[in-house]
Amino acid sequence: MKRAYDILIAGGGIVGAACADELARRGADVCVVEAECAGSGATAAGMGHVVVMDDSEAQFALNHCSQQLWNELREALPENCEFDGCGTLWAAADEEEMNEARRKADHYAARGVAAEILDSAALAEAEPNLRPGLAGALFVPGDSVVFAPCVAKWLLDRAMENGATLITGKRIVELRSDGAVLNDGSIISAKRMVNAAGSLAPQLTPGIPVRPRKGHIVVTDRYPGFVRHHITELGYLKNAHASDRDSVSFVVQRRMTGQVLLGSSRQFDVTDAAIEPGILARMIQRALEYMPGLGQLNTIRCWAGFRAATPDNLPLIGPHPTRENLWLATGHEGLGITMAPGTGRLLADLMLDGEALIDPAPYLPARFANSEARHG
Amino acid sequence: MPERTCRIAIIGAGPAGMAAAVSAVEAGAENVLVIDDNPRPGGQIWRGETDDATAREWMQKFEPCGAALLGQTRIVAAPQPGVLLAENGAKTLTIRYEKLILATGASERFLPFPGWTRPNVMGAGGLQTLAKGGLPLEGKRVVVAGSGPLLLAVADEMWHMGARIKCIAEQAAPNAVMRLGLRLLGSPGKLAQAVQLKLRLFGVPYRMGWHPLQVDGADGTSGDDSDAPVASVTLTNGAAKRIQIPCDYLACAFHLTPRLELAHLLGCDTEWIERQCQRRTTVDAWQRSSVEGVYCAGESTGVGGVDAALIEGRIAGYAATGAQDRARPLLKQRDAWRRFADAMNETFAPRPELRMLPEPRTIICRCEDVRYEQVVAKESWRAAKLHTRHGMGACQGRICGGAAEFLFDWSARSSRPPVCPTRMKTLAERPSADQKGD
Repeated sequence: MKRAYDILIAGGGIVGAACADELARRGADVCVVEAECAGSGATAAGMGHVVVMDDSEAQFALNHCSQQLWNELREALPENCEFDGCGTLWAAADEEEMNEARRKADHYAARGVAAEILDSAALAEAEPNLRPGLAGALFVPGDSVVFAPCVAKWLLDRAMENGATLITGKRIVELRSDGAVLNDGSIISAKRMVNAAGSLAPQLTPGIPVRPRKGHIVVTDRYPGFVRHHITELGYLKNAHASDRDSVSFVVQRRMTGQVLLGSSRQFDVTDAAIEPGILARMIQRALEYMPGLGQLNTIRCWAGFRAATPDNLPLIGPHPTRENLWLATGHEGLGITMAPGTGRLLADLMLDGEALIDPAPYLPARFANSEARHG
Repeated sequence: MPERTCRIAIIGAGPAGMAAAVSAVEAGAENVLVIDDNPRPGGQIWRGETDDATAREWMQKFEPCGAALLGQTRIVAAPQPGVLLAENGAKTLTIRYEKLILATGASERFLPFPGWTRPNVMGAGGLQTLAKGGLPLEGKRVVVAGSGPLLLAVADEMWHMGARIKCIAEQAAPNAVMRLGLRLLGSPGKLAQAVQLKLRLFGVPYRMGWHPLQVDGADGTSGDDSDAPVASVTLTNGAAKRIQIPCDYLACAFHLTPRLELAHLLGCDTEWIERQCQRRTTVDAWQRSSVEGVYCAGESTGVGGVDAALIEGRIAGYAATGAQDRARPLLKQRDAWRRFADAMNETFAPRPELRMLPEPRTIICRCEDVRYEQVVAKESWRAAKLHTRHGMGACQGRICGGAAEFLFDWSARSSRPPVCPTRMKTLAERPSADQKGD
């Protein structure tokens, strides 16, 4: 019988892959179990935006350290990972949003993140297909875009070069304190488990405060130059996190292929990944308000996926508060791609060395220890 | 947004769709709407046809029958049961129906082999269409290769346009083709047609059991080494025998495969028939699919040719109108055509050795330039898509998916809208009843 692995990771998305890469590099004997193929869940469904966000200091800290790790990875990534340092344009529709852009700029400047205010004319020049008359934008040149499924694959390949084992096409039906039971009845033994199953994490670990939050994406045929950055409307912050209600925002980005990727929608309490024409239409209508020319572009595909949302918009990274040998690395909502390298680093710090790169306290699952019943 | 409301919507104005419309109207259905992406009825097979008696007969029945034809219209999505979203030129419209008949036909199957992406290597139907559109074939040397009765029809037509047909290479084994020929004796119409074709093509070698192995270029390169136009094709019979035939064009198609995008979008069950190497919609005796109110007729229920399409179209048209009594007398004959279709599809199913044709450098996804070596070790269609971009381009696997199913046993189905490239504006439209929902 196969000896027990040091660490079993449930989920081969970008978070699981980054954890495997980091743990294997430090000598742990790791096994990753992925139900479909590398990066096939939210990793494939999302936009691959690597973005510094500042909703809270804790969010910023993990984002910022992750972005530095992304920049270290950049040189090593193969071409199919489509790393594009195109930067983010936060588009402001009116003076109120422009004030928010200025606040953000100051906030970033105080923390060493380059950011630049564009006035209306400069924005029109930067993105000629935006409608005229927008108030301006905040440009964050250090942000980037990647093709995340290939990054996940590459990270898992690198983990395997360091001795990790990857099992694809098999689903974990039970995560135990000494291993996992797979859907074919086989058992993988391990000393410690990491639940990195994204929005499916609560199925393996009931009670953790993670809720699936559905999102839709549209991709077009190739139109090189139509969009030149990743653009997000500043209204996004109000739309996306203001409430539990369904919301849409204008988010558009260029791909290295010349394609245009359009988001985004947010819905709780839906578990069917089918395209919903109603919310898809709302999402596109919102985008057309900002970029009317999009309407004439040929759409070749739409899809939907699930973010792993937590009540405080921060991920769960660290030991499960009560269950033995169980660790969590999930709950990244829309920032899984951005935060994956930092999550891998932090988890490996906690699991192997005990000394962490950044303060782990805000991400520890124990912060919800007393409120499990509410979210269960 | 403009809306069209109809009792019966029929998608496809080929033989099955026309027969369905004529029968539905005859049985008393009012407000029958036939939708096709071409301006004129006839489908792929009868487009512009004037000297085929059956085509003339059905055109004459269809045109005055009272069913409306909405041409140049493509269905792009099915936002809710009973509603289709369509594009008609620059316009977007909603089509509301009570019953739906899918008569979406078939398309050619392409299988990759070294050099198949070189210029002047084309689909058999594709070259035929270009020739009709003005590409001069007079005196050009053409090799027709692949599988199925389509090869004969295409060769015949190009021969009439002045092409020098150097060879027709049919991959199916001679004894299998002969057995099918014997079955044809039971169906006089088909036999006459086939014999007539053979006679006209007299003098053209019809090589059974032969298939293309490689295409070489005018610049002296072979296979996938360059993208110079085709100069010759090497054929093999699987044994040690090979022949190299110089040509200006290679017209290539490995039989047909049902077009199922719309059926999948609507959630209709489909089944994979291993012996025929074909996926088709599952229908009952009345051509009903697994989805309430949705019928399928013609090639989408399995490639079967004009006669099977016509009779299935008639049954679907009657059944969708509630006139089962009119359809009942047709069932037996339909079953006979179906049995013949099954035998035909088994005969012309690609032989397993064709899986070995691609070389590592052979392109298998033309939209994204993905090569065989990049995907051969992938665990699934989805892994191939996510990690190599195979099937991620404008065709969304409609062209390469059939080859992937054959080469790797992958299921390349998709049920996500849009079913074809669609202006983003179209997807921003919402039918009125849907507006309160979210």
